[in-house]
Amino acid sequence: MKMNRRGFLRRSGAAAAAGVLPVSMVRLAFGQEGQDFTFAYISDSHIQQIRGAEFVRNWDQGLKRAVAEANLLEPEPDFVVFGGDLAQLGTKAELDHGAEILSALKYPVRAVMGEHDYYLDLGEYWSELFGDQYYSFDHKGVHFVVLNSVLTYDEWTFERWETPERRMLEMAGLDNPNGSPFMVGERQREWLRNDLARIPRTTPIVVLSHSPLQKIYKGWNFWTEDAEEVQAILAPFDKVTVLYGHVHQIQYNQIGTISFHSVMATAWPWPYPSTYAQSGAFVPVMTVPMNRADPFNERDATGWQLIDVHTGRAALNYTLYDNRNRTVAYNAATGRPEDADYQHPARRIPPQAHY
Amino acid sequence: MRVALLLLSLGAWQVGAQPLGLPPVPVPEDNPQTPEKVALGERLFNDVRFSSNGAVSCANCHASATVFTDTRPVAVGVDGLVGTRNSPTIVNAAYNRTQFWDGRSPTLEDQALHPFVNPVEMAMPSHDALLEIVRADRDYVREFRRVFGVRADEIRIEHVTQAIAAFERTQIAGDSPFDRWYFGGDENAVSDAAKRGFEVFLTDGRCVSCHTIEQDHALFTDHLFHNIGVGVNAMQGRIEELAKAFLVAKREGIDVDVAVLSDADTSHLGRFAVTGDLSEIGAFKTPTLRNVALTAPYMHDGSLATLREVVEHYNNGGVLPAGAPVNPFLAGGIRPLGLTEQQIDDLVAFMESLTSPQFEQLVEPERVSALGASEETSR
Repeated sequence: MKMNRRGFLRRSGAAAAAGVLPVSMVRLAFGQEGQDFTFAYISDSHIQQIRGAEFVRNWDQGLKRAVAEANLLEPEPDFVVFGGDLAQLGTKAELDHGAEILSALKYPVRAVMGEHDYYLDLGEYWSELFGDQYYSFDHKGVHFVVLNSVLTYDEWTFERWETPERRMLEMAGLDNPNGSPFMVGERQREWLRNDLARIPRTTPIVVLSHSPLQKIYKGWNFWTEDAEEVQAILAPFDKVTVLYGHVHQIQYNQIGTISFHSVMATAWPWPYPSTYAQSGAFVPVMTVPMNRADPFNERDATGWQLIDVHTGRAALNYTLYDNRNRTVAYNAATGRPEDADYQHPARRIPPQAHY
Repeated sequence: MRVALLLLSLGAWQVGAQPLGLPPVPVPEDNPQTPEKVALGERLFNDVRFSSNGAVSCANCHASATVFTDTRPVAVGVDGLVGTRNSPTIVNAAYNRTQFWDGRSPTLEDQALHPFVNPVEMAMPSHDALLEIVRADRDYVREFRRVFGVRADEIRIEHVTQAIAAFERTQIAGDSPFDRWYFGGDENAVSDAAKRGFEVFLTDGRCVSCHTIEQDHALFTDHLFHNIGVGVNAMQGRIEELAKAFLVAKREGIDVDVAVLSDADTSHLGRFAVTGDLSEIGAFKTPTLRNVALTAPYMHDGSLATLREVVEHYNNGGVLPAGAPVNPFLAGGIRPLGLTEQQIDDLVAFMESLTSPQFEQLVEPERVSALGASEETSR
């Protein structure tokens, strides 16, 4: 993490905001006083039980580190979002273990459903721990919507598999011909239409989902089958931000008024190089290897993020271990999210050549 | 800082022939090596008058008889005051890109400023108090004029630290059995155990990722800072409180050098105390491995007594004993290794092959067989 928050403060021109405290967040003075805020976003921990009380150490450590670091933020974020895939195979043991690690957070936690949390018992135990699978709430002038975007066709969910365990494993697979695309579904879209009906078009909307709510790559379910329909419901609003997990990498995009941002995983990087899968590493089978993450450093290409919301737009500050931190923020001039460092080819850092 | 690489073969006051396994010594352009300056630096380094009780010199903790360490877990300064950190050797410190365990000092020259006035080290009231002693010493005045061309009243603390740094830049040691084997091609220079240990070092031990080796030399450090679970593991539950309290204190102007050497908890915050960077909580500089067999005890707090304990700590994934809780800020490179007893023994043998010839007489007799040519390879 070579670029600390002090560096971020400098670069974002917010030097007036607690500039002497390196562990700090940015409150940019836009709009109404007191309406700008930050929250932390931790996602995709994939807590995995090996047997009994034994869990995969690496995934535990990734989540514990993000929680410990988020607790050190000053000033404090208003809340923390956990972006889904808390568990690997959706068992009570995994969800309990993950919830216990999350319980060390000293802020309120909002949770999003991931497919690894869902497909064993269709989210039943997760809901006991974290509540509704889709809901909305208002915070300092922003309307937040949480969706369960990892649903799929009823036939696939209810009729195709002889056991819940088999169903879970099939959905967890990548490039799996037995898999099925994620979707929000008609019932939830109807709920969303009704929920947004009472919201003024000028109110900033932030949607929290596990899948991208756009169509990127179907084989890895970087995909939401009814993305166009969901986008159409969101399109009338002036400022919409969709924050999603699942992809274990940094992505950003703009479609109409909707800004899309992914968040990082605390577990494994995606894609990872073939050398990352060491003995007992428990990473899922890699279908398209890529020479990117440092195979030595278990935390490389993982991380978590601090999100500034100002003028109803989000800036994502990525905490990337042993790498330069990155900021992807909405640029009002160009009307889309942009990476503060890597937007211009001349400012890109050369790829590492020694791994 | 502009740095010129030391031209070798100039004289004994420098480093003589370039030792096998080491690169040229970097020398700042504004502090060139001269024999007179090195001699002056050595005298300053050994002068006990630069301490509040007149009994402590740099050499107390960096004693030439023990590879410029003190063999204690943590340093002891004036009047028996105990610090928080293990005295690192100055041998090959010339290659360090930062000084001190937490890298809070950028150069040898800057580093030398701090122990004189740290209350648990030499505890001088000020650098001026030290300069008064220098200016009142006729030999020193003559030497400073010779070396720096300054009158007594023109001697500044920077002259003192430049001379000490110049002396430290002559403390270079390579040419170990490992160097003679790996860089020199002498198959008989090290034991088979050391060769096997080097293989573990490169592979299952995951050591080389931080203790790096280049094509034609090896400093065995990446010059970076890593939380490897030492010190900070014992602070769990208090890290948040301590880290925040430290940042508040730092903002209010505490002296970081004093704070980290006076309080063990603050010391264990590591590089974080310097940068305030969350990812550097509990992180310390990767030290060189050269002559490591002679610089026990190990780690920033001297908490590991033997090289075997060090390897076991890493083999357990950053904890000792195995199964103890590890801190959440642990570096991503630290994981359980699953080394066999044989591999652990071999790794230790490899590290024991990193002793330079000028220090070999310091090795305990029973360990000599592990160094240099062993019986099995010299047959």
